Amino acid sequence: MTRPAPLGAPVIEARGLERVFQMGGTEVRALRGVDLTVGRGEMLAVMGASGSGKSTLMNILGCLDRPTAGSYALDGVSVEGLSKNQLADIRNQRLGFVFQGFNLLPRTSALENVELPLLYDRSERELDTKGLAAAALERVGLADRMDHDPAELSGGQQQRVAIARALVTKPSLVLADEPTGNLDTHTTMEIMALFQELNAEGVTLLIVTHEPEISRYTQRIVELRDGRIIHDGPVRERGHALTDLQARADLEPASAR
Amino acid sequence: MKIGNLIGVAGASIFKNKMRTLLTMLGIIIGVSAVIVMVAIGAGAQGQIERQIQNLGTNMLVVTPGSTATGGVSLGGQSGSGLTVEDAEVLSSQSFLLSGVSPVISTFSQAVGGTGNWRAPILGVDVDYQVIRDWDVVQGEFFDETDVRTIRREVVLGNTVAENLFPNGDAVGQQLRLRDVPMTIVGVLEAKGQTAEGSDQDDVILVPYTTVQNRLAGRQFVSQILASAYSSDDVPAAQAEIQAILRDTHGLAPNEADDFTVRDQGELADAAQETTQVMTLLLAAIASISLLVGGIGIMNIMLVSVTERTREIGLRLALGAYGSDVMKQFLVESVVMSLFGGLTGVGIGYASSAAIATFTGWSTAVSVPTVLLALGFAGAVGVFFGFYPAKRAASLDPIEALRYE
Repeated sequence: MTRPAPLGAPVIEARGLERVFQMGGTEVRALRGVDLTVGRGEMLAVMGASGSGKSTLMNILGCLDRPTAGSYALDGVSVEGLSKNQLADIRNQRLGFVFQGFNLLPRTSALENVELPLLYDRSERELDTKGLAAAALERVGLADRMDHDPAELSGGQQQRVAIARALVTKPSLVLADEPTGNLDTHTTMEIMALFQELNAEGVTLLIVTHEPEISRYTQRIVELRDGRIIHDGPVRERGHALTDLQARADLEPASAR
Repeated sequence: MKIGNLIGVAGASIFKNKMRTLLTMLGIIIGVSAVIVMVAIGAGAQGQIERQIQNLGTNMLVVTPGSTATGGVSLGGQSGSGLTVEDAEVLSSQSFLLSGVSPVISTFSQAVGGTGNWRAPILGVDVDYQVIRDWDVVQGEFFDETDVRTIRREVVLGNTVAENLFPNGDAVGQQLRLRDVPMTIVGVLEAKGQTAEGSDQDDVILVPYTTVQNRLAGRQFVSQILASAYSSDDVPAAQAEIQAILRDTHGLAPNEADDFTVRDQGELADAAQETTQVMTLLLAAIASISLLVGGIGIMNIMLVSVTERTREIGLRLALGAYGSDVMKQFLVESVVMSLFGGLTGVGIGYASSAAIATFTGWSTAVSVPTVLLALGFAGAVGVFFGFYPAKRAASLDPIEALRYE
């Protein structure tokens, strides 16, 4: 349904992105010309205070919204002029979403939650949706929790289910919007360790966050202010979440766990 | 989205919210069962009325003498004495469409016997009379052809006569005198009640017409001939046949008017049918309103459900669902709930009809077309009232929906 990605093309290639909202009589310019290129296998953090335009950028990169001006190509495929349904297909097959609030379906098992995006797959291929979902859950370390409802899972486990759901379609890009915003420090580091692992396996990750501790674990930080990129550079001392976790475990006695 | 997935998604949503599903279905359940019960009662009443009409006589035709005119002065209907026992015999032997023919010779007499005396109409009739009038004998038996042929002095009493002369219920076998002629009572008829005009049908004494002619009245003329067609569809043809045979028998020239009249019970039956049909329709209309209210209930809860599940809808859209997928999901949910509610309603309606029939003694009839109609209507209600909420769900903006608290 979607055109195949040209080999070697960057995952994200955005030029001069602008987004103007009409709020009553006034115009709100959420993005004022953003250029961004993200290569395959990158792990970057998009940072900024609230109102900086990072959510708007995330929505456009996630093909949930369209820019007022500028061009955006995902996997070398321009999304300009695509219909609502074509965008839905792109989201389904090329993108994975991880939300702050997990957004799992209640009263629905982890397995069925992860299976969900596969149910909306429109390519004619035959999919073993249950098998793929089970594999994704195994990948995030929840092989023994497949039949559990979200209500029976901890916050960290719920977010792992959400990550499995984002991975199950083998997307080109995983977009995570404040993925650790609802989690405590320890679980945050566990999730970041998982992200780093996935990234090491080649998953391209874009994490929207306002916490510097999170961005430490990525390779590159893009900072937005008032709809413009004010900083775009590599992380100087990249943290390793798993090592930090072990260090914390050594510092704190077992009772803290 | 594949159809199997669609049904799976909608089904999961229905079964995972049992309380909501039940509440949604409740309106349809009540509506459909109301329709089933109301129509069943209506149909039962209709059946009962039809039986009562049958009770007046099975596909009965009444031949009466026509008017006679003397010197240009018409003497009105039934003034002639143009019908004879022979006419009845000719009809009986020549017709193809009549299942029974009986002359009726009527007279009056004081009946003496049992506990006293009673003045009652005497009807001289043939054996077929019982069949034509669909009139059962509750005690003893009706006289048979031999009794008629051999001019036996036997009578069958109407219920009123039997009760007045033999209050102990031992009429059969007793003697009765009509105009000083002793008669044996061979049977007592089932009570038929009053006619529409208020005369008591049971106040009658039936005697073989031969006996009336020879022993009581001595008349050859009959007041009417009763006949019955094989089925109600045959009635018009039978009517024409009687007319043709009698005209021939009476030797009427083609330009001469009939000297008799043939009537059927059709008008009465039609009127009664119409009344019950109107009643059934009225009941169905009332019940349909409850089905409509049930449908609005579905829409109400579906709308609440769309609001409550805004984030879920946003998530589905973000994960690649088309607006049409979401729309279909909600429509399928709505239709499945209506149909399932409809089925439950049919079950409850069926049980209620049976219970009503048992406890009140009314006859109820649940018909297959009603069930199918009610189910079809329930499904249509699901589509109709599910459409707007589904449309609303499909038109949600995924960004807004995901942010919805």
